[in-house]
Amino acid sequence: MADAPIDNSIVAGIDVGGTFTDLLLVSPDGVRVIKTPTTPDNQAFGVLKALEETEMDLASIDAIVHGTTTTTNAVLERKLSKTGMITTKGFRDVIEVGRRTRPQPYGMFGKFEPIIPRELRLEVTERIDAAGRILTPMIEEELHAAVKLLRDLKCESVVIHFLHAYANPTHEMRALEILREIWPNDYVTAGHQLLSEYREYERGVTASVNAAVRPILHRYIDRLQNELNSKGFARDFLVMNGNGGMVSARLVDKESAKTVMSGPASGVMAAANAAKRANIENLITYDMGGTSTDVALIKDAVPAVSNELDVEYAMPIHVPMVDVRTIGSGGGSIASITDAGLLRVGPESAGATPGPICYGRGGENPTITDANLLLGRLNASKLLSASETPSIDKIRAIFDEKIAGPLGIDVDQAAGAIIRVANDRMAGAVRIVSISKGYDPRNFTLFAFGGAGPLHAAALGRELSIPQILVPARPGITNALGCVVADIRHDFVRTVNCPLDSVKIEDLRALLSDQIKEGRRLIESETISLDETHILHGADMQFIGQTHLISIPIPSLNASKEEIQHIFEEAYFNRFQVKLPEIRANLVNCKTSVIGVRPTFDLGRIIDPAARAASLEEAQTDVRRVWFAGIWHDTEIYNRERLPVGSTIKGPAIIEQMDTTTVVEPGDSVSLDKDGNILIKIGKP
Amino acid sequence: MSTIDPITLSVIQAGLQQVCDEMDLTFSRSAFSPVIAEADDRSDGIYDAKSGELIAQGELGLPVFVGTMQFSTMTLIDFIREGRTLPPEEGDIYIVNDPYLGGTHLMDVRFAMPFYYQDELFSWLSNTGHWPDIGGAVPGGFSANATAVEQEGLRLPPVKLVKRGKMDTEIYAIICSNIRIADQRIGDIKAQIAALNVGARQLTALLDRYGVATVKNAIKEWRARAAHQMRAKIALIPNGTYHGEAWVDSDGVVDEPLRIAVNIEKKDGDLYFDFGGSSPPCKGPMNSVLATTRSSVYLAMKHIFPDVPINAGTFDPLHIRDPKGTFLFAKYPRPVSGCAAEVSQRVAEAVFAALVKPLPNIVTAAPAGSSGNFALGGYDPEKDRPFVMYQISGGGYGGNADHDGLTNGCSTIGISKTQPIEVLEQYYPVLFHEYSLREASGGPGEKRGGFGINYTVELLRGEAQASFVMDHGRFGPQGALGGQDGMPNAVTVYRNGEKYIPKHLSKDQDIPITPGDIVSVGTPGGGGFGDPRKRSPELVLQDVKRGYYTPEQARDMFGVVLSNNLTAVDNQATTALRSA
Repeated sequence: MADAPIDNSIVAGIDVGGTFTDLLLVSPDGVRVIKTPTTPDNQAFGVLKALEETEMDLASIDAIVHGTTTTTNAVLERKLSKTGMITTKGFRDVIEVGRRTRPQPYGMFGKFEPIIPRELRLEVTERIDAAGRILTPMIEEELHAAVKLLRDLKCESVVIHFLHAYANPTHEMRALEILREIWPNDYVTAGHQLLSEYREYERGVTASVNAAVRPILHRYIDRLQNELNSKGFARDFLVMNGNGGMVSARLVDKESAKTVMSGPASGVMAAANAAKRANIENLITYDMGGTSTDVALIKDAVPAVSNELDVEYAMPIHVPMVDVRTIGSGGGSIASITDAGLLRVGPESAGATPGPICYGRGGENPTITDANLLLGRLNASKLLSASETPSIDKIRAIFDEKIAGPLGIDVDQAAGAIIRVANDRMAGAVRIVSISKGYDPRNFTLFAFGGAGPLHAAALGRELSIPQILVPARPGITNALGCVVADIRHDFVRTVNCPLDSVKIEDLRALLSDQIKEGRRLIESETISLDETHILHGADMQFIGQTHLISIPIPSLNASKEEIQHIFEEAYFNRFQVKLPEIRANLVNCKTSVIGVRPTFDLGRIIDPAARAASLEEAQTDVRRVWFAGIWHDTEIYNRERLPVGSTIKGPAIIEQMDTTTVVEPGDSVSLDKDGNILIKIGKP
Repeated sequence: MSTIDPITLSVIQAGLQQVCDEMDLTFSRSAFSPVIAEADDRSDGIYDAKSGELIAQGELGLPVFVGTMQFSTMTLIDFIREGRTLPPEEGDIYIVNDPYLGGTHLMDVRFAMPFYYQDELFSWLSNTGHWPDIGGAVPGGFSANATAVEQEGLRLPPVKLVKRGKMDTEIYAIICSNIRIADQRIGDIKAQIAALNVGARQLTALLDRYGVATVKNAIKEWRARAAHQMRAKIALIPNGTYHGEAWVDSDGVVDEPLRIAVNIEKKDGDLYFDFGGSSPPCKGPMNSVLATTRSSVYLAMKHIFPDVPINAGTFDPLHIRDPKGTFLFAKYPRPVSGCAAEVSQRVAEAVFAALVKPLPNIVTAAPAGSSGNFALGGYDPEKDRPFVMYQISGGGYGGNADHDGLTNGCSTIGISKTQPIEVLEQYYPVLFHEYSLREASGGPGEKRGGFGINYTVELLRGEAQASFVMDHGRFGPQGALGGQDGMPNAVTVYRNGEKYIPKHLSKDQDIPITPGDIVSVGTPGGGGFGDPRKRSPELVLQDVKRGYYTPEQARDMFGVVLSNNLTAVDNQATTALRSA
């Protein structure tokens, strides 16, 4: 990538988080970072406020890229548009009865509300079989009657979901045609358009989620676009999708479901970008915030993508998305003692309100953040979210009463134990994205970001034998950075479900070529300038007789069947240590991603080069007592922005900056690269 | 006071748990049998080297195996001591499926691997997987009218399938010659072995990290704490004896209901379970072996107190008297294929029914509690091959103090998903006409039961035989504390347009099916919780709007009268009706 032209345009990346809306403005003159409080009722206010604070003329901005949680929140809080479904006779309950599950392995309690209530799900006579043959033609009068009824019931959005539409979409297409004539707006979704894969429940829920959030996203985007236009921004802005690519605001609402899990994706894209510039291709991303931790794996500079993710219990959204594993451990996770007398950390969280005790907003439960403060890792006078300097005595008293006393240890030990147990849980999440998938963490770099990631990264690296940690220049705004660096991306999946040795290679190539063509058509309709178009192919495969799938890359359009067979067998062996020469391979899904690559951006500018100190001594701000592995160490404290490029530091050390604190443990060594990344080599204490 | 600090204990316990979860995941993800791969009908665990007691078990293992594998490992250790089985060497794996030796039914095949660390036997790693066939009278092994275990399939005592890392091809050949669709079994056997190897690798890493002494210490301490935690939960139950009952429709051979009766006595901080009043051993395959009966009690208690961890200590405070002379303590050669799938769930239901009285906020009314096994085996002329389609089904969960029961929940003993209709129609010559929520099946209550489902499926070509192993056809899942029972299971077959209802209602075997014939199943709704006349009339109105109940049912079952073209509650009439 070193040869790629550097982008000289002005780009604003804006990410809306739970607490803050972050804006990163990149221009030839430098980089600006803005943080404003998120406005949950309408995120657009926060976005506009952030843009206002740049004091830029919007007309001079070339691109605005936006990551929004509008649809995520709509689904999780069930604040959805009134949506109707028209489906195959006999099958209107598919999205309500699901696939016979319960929310947890043990316990007979649990609730589930389908995304569209039963009275708004109507049936029409039509039937197509698994081979795509029409068994019963659609009775159009019934469709008309159903549409009329849904309109009378004041549905705003509608979804068409017919059995086996992935095999033959004729009836769904005809229904769309009719609906376009009579439905009062554009909010019409057909199941096969979003996901051309078998499994009626998963496809139906994906389409229903899409339909139910579409008007909400459309209104949000529309209003924001108008506001931006009225302030002089003449282009379409761009929106982040869950696949880690962005799409024009004009196109995004048709496939709204793709934005539902976009939150963590942009951070992973930023990580991939930053690491590639640092010539690191294998990464585990570790984003620890206030309430949760997201972990993902990047192999050969490509983030792992999954099309089998659930947004919550029984709510699958089976479109390709960056495969992020989320666990409920964050700075606000509460420590407690179980009935068995053991220390437990999380999943309950103090959240942003009341938050940890040290925020001074009424929090009365010991949290990970409080423990970090007691151990000297966090600077009591510089807490971003605290309303006043916290009372250490009060925190100690609560720790004593709730943790140290019951365990029979002192407060320092209790705080150390909380960190250790929390790290252990997070290490488990890292193992699941790496070891469980056949990857050895020792071959990876841990990319730590989020407000709390760099606080725990070195300990996690030590626990997992990950040799190196990378802390980017601005760990607290990595998602906004992801918006700035992300590419345009369109994904396609088609079910083939045929033994590989009976697939005609010409048919496979034709299928992939069609997907490329469609992707290029979409990309050409975008208004943003691109360097080149990049194509990725992949397949989901299994041995005949299995139900689970393994995703493999197809290296090129010219790949032979033998090559695909070989890649599959190798991937299978790496994952399970099993060889099965007795059994044939099955090609289930063929996937294509068409990526419009944007010019790269010089990350070295994220920290103002002029602010850097001439020597390490000048960057040092303090010496503080910090607890490591049971012992207090006098530890040097540095200001991140002032660290000179090329400097090296021996642990223990604490590196502070506005958006995070990086902990360097005894034995570790730190170096600083040209992009301002901190690289920590884990050493022997 | 223990010598291990609580933090190290937490970390090692999480580590052992993760070893098991990894084994579960590897097994499912690499298996061929859809029963294992999709239905997760398998379990993996770590067992004590000397006693065979459970040390840790995967969270996503099939719940019914919660206790059985430790009985199986204990029996293996006894056999080795008595010289009935060869002693273990590093790299060996034993295979066993004998139900009477700490098992369930023949289809559940257990593998046990001695795990060595620094040349010493540290523990046993063991797993169980439900094989799609094990020979016997019918494909799949659920022979509804078997009268002896020999008719149910191949029975293996503990023998070494793998010796010092090498598969014994002779034993493998014997197995393959006795089961159907043998060519895919090699895939499942390799998956089952791969899971044990993954476990061994990760357990070695854990021991490298913390050392044998510390890990052993942690296991001992963790065992004591699990017992302590279970007792802390049991303390919520006042002293006294609680009675619960549940009924199995029939044994599949003799058309009479089987009674499960339990008295649970809370005494000195522990629980004592006595199933003495239950029916005697039965002729058909609904007998339960002792290991399964005990596991069913463990599983019920784990459902009631889901946050208590599982190891041998968890079971210390639960004393189960051997139910001698009843069908819950089956001896050779009683047939047992139905014990894991159905009888276990009735045992759990009896425990729920007893304990909902002292624990009304924690225990629910009865869930549907059937695996809903429907097997259609035949020949597909278009594809020129034989086929066996398995369809499992859920049903409604019981209402509870907090909310209405879940609709189409999984069986009590399972965690498996059903196959999508689109997948079944891809693979088998069938066409579904309906797959829907079963209206009015949820038992009325202040919190009503969840709903079962209806499905209707037609054979398109060739010929086939239909078999059913279900339950709750005669009696619906029990309501609790004034709630009504859920709707019972219903099986109807239309052959040449004529309606046929199995004599045993929920169980039948080899019903001949020709193209155009239709099988129609309605699964049970959950029991209602609390007096239905106390249910919020607004919720009843919503239920009617959604078509869950008719206006007549709203009136008769819940005492709610609707007005204004069914858009409002007639408060006056409702009050009058409810106070009448």
